[in-house]
Amino acid sequence: MKIFLKLTFLFVIISSLILSRANAAGEQQELLKVDWSFKSFFGKFDRASLQRGYQVYTEVCASCHSLKHLSYRNLAEKGGPEFTELEAKAIASNFEVTDGPNSDGEMFERPAKLSDKFVMPYANVQEAIAANGGAYPPDMSVLVKARGGGANYIYSVLMGYDEPPAGMELDDGVYYNKYMYGNKIKMASPLDDDIVEYSDGTKATVDQMAKDVTTFLQWTAEPHLEARHKLGFRVIIYLSVLTILVYFTMKKIWSRIETKV
Amino acid sequence: MSDHEYTPKSKVGKWFNDRLPLLTLANHLTDYPTPKNLNYWWTFGGILTFCLITQIITGIVLGMHYVAHADLAFQSVEHIMRDVNYGWLIRYVHANGASMFFLAVYIHIFRSLYYGSYKSPREVIWIIGMLIYFLMMATAFMGYVLPWGQMSFWGATVITNLFSAIPLVGESITNWLWGGYSVDNPTLTRFFSLHYLFPFLILGLVVLHIWALHVPGNNNPIGIDIKKPSKDTVPFHPYIVIKDAFALLIFLLIFAFFVFFSPNILGHADNYIEANPLVTPAHIVPEWYLLPFYAILRSVPDKLLGVIAMFAAIFVLVILPWLDTSKVRSTVFRPIYKQFYWFLVADVLILGYVGAMPAEGLYLLIARVATAYYFAHFLIILPFLGMKEKTTPLPLSITEPVLGGSTDMAMARNNSDFKDKL
Repeated sequence: MKIFLKLTFLFVIISSLILSRANAAGEQQELLKVDWSFKSFFGKFDRASLQRGYQVYTEVCASCHSLKHLSYRNLAEKGGPEFTELEAKAIASNFEVTDGPNSDGEMFERPAKLSDKFVMPYANVQEAIAANGGAYPPDMSVLVKARGGGANYIYSVLMGYDEPPAGMELDDGVYYNKYMYGNKIKMASPLDDDIVEYSDGTKATVDQMAKDVTTFLQWTAEPHLEARHKLGFRVIIYLSVLTILVYFTMKKIWSRIETKV
Repeated sequence: MSDHEYTPKSKVGKWFNDRLPLLTLANHLTDYPTPKNLNYWWTFGGILTFCLITQIITGIVLGMHYVAHADLAFQSVEHIMRDVNYGWLIRYVHANGASMFFLAVYIHIFRSLYYGSYKSPREVIWIIGMLIYFLMMATAFMGYVLPWGQMSFWGATVITNLFSAIPLVGESITNWLWGGYSVDNPTLTRFFSLHYLFPFLILGLVVLHIWALHVPGNNNPIGIDIKKPSKDTVPFHPYIVIKDAFALLIFLLIFAFFVFFSPNILGHADNYIEANPLVTPAHIVPEWYLLPFYAILRSVPDKLLGVIAMFAAIFVLVILPWLDTSKVRSTVFRPIYKQFYWFLVADVLILGYVGAMPAEGLYLLIARVATAYYFAHFLIILPFLGMKEKTTPLPLSITEPVLGGSTDMAMARNNSDFKDKL
């Protein structure tokens, strides 16, 4: 069994090397840490928080940030916000999409269906940049996975708006943020208390909205997170039992000769 | 091949075997006499075969859904992650599988270094192994480019630009590799094509690797030549098969942990940002398994010499059987080499660490010292040590230390059990 200690030791060293790389870029301000429900082995999304998060996204973020990899049907799928199919259809029908060409060869507008991708706020990247003072509002589909700190980073940036420290000059349209890389951000603080009205009666504080929308974005980045955790748990159990059985089989077979395994 | 002639029992079997001796091969593989003192470090050959097969199968499935086009690649990966049934599982197994593959190959290589498995008569096994390792790095690098994220694009740019350091023809070669004047769609499509091809080349080399292994047979922790078959060996099946299976399962537990609970920790967050030729990431870093070589590359101030140093770092490994002049294989009997061995392990880990850090200040200094030591180990220490070192006495057979419970000869000789068996 000594060998497993050695293997574990090696494993720890290599993991810490990898982690040290992950932290290398993060010499900035320590991120705010939230005890997310989707972390840990059995982590699941808070369904109500996902639905509230969707509301914050549509009412606040969606005017600039796209979610181009998502379809409206995803909103009704298992492991997500789990709106009913009717609710998801109603949400989709609020948006207009261009379809066609029809039999006359013309493009036409129609309300979005469940199978349609989320409608983009801008026609193209150039238009998005032009409308936002030269900064492209990134697509949010995989944003959580595209930032070093993940969910904590997104939450921290939303909570990180502050007065710039004395002596720091900011151009017009540039804001100070404690957690943003370089501390400068071109997005004005998007959240204010009660900027949205939650239908479930939850008080819409900045902190609450930041948590909800971050949870929602974690789901958009990892729509199968719950299925992954569930299957992972079963796989680990299965492998563990099989490992134990194979271990005793091995002991039995090797007992025929005097060498130890 | 085994000493005895094999004849299948059934008539049909005999008829077939006379025409294509597949059954003889199967018999050879099951009966293959294996040293019975192999420790768990020897299980990584089987684990690596498993890794290769896993990568090929998951890769073929991914290839059914992936679109190799600069405008569509990123989107098609997201399509796999979201809409393909269990696409997330297949992709995470493939992506983490690459890391697990390298983890296993590094253990396999360092096992060989520790027990002198590269020495005569196993030089050809070692060289084929190094070819496999080299192809693995090329395959992994090209695979990392396929999702067409920021690290894909900029990693490809940095690595392909290395060839421009070659005098006179450098630029032409780089343009030829790119299929244009920058990393773009033609680069992506050819990388996809080659990424699909190389694993099958590796598979062919693995067959040769195992074939070459079965000629002299396995080395063992004592590193002495043994009679085969004898009291020192066990048949491959069931003894080694069950032991490999047990080790593989432990390996799979770690693998599963990454896939299901930490699937993105080994990758870089920037690769979830679509490739953008106009925005350079703050730090361009390769995957962790290439970091030591990246550190060697950057530690040399001159670009061309840096590239040469990087390739030389692999090449010294290829000629290692002739650099190590010691006739004793196992480190167990080489007290001084043992220390240098662990220095080398530490050196490579340090290189990996500084490879991930920005190449400036103290990091650069450490990288230079570590690079110099890396080459000194192979080019100076090994040749001289082999001539000077006083090795401890070798046991006569595997049974000796096994029965004595120690590799110390005197103890083994005094063991009454051992004498009885004689």
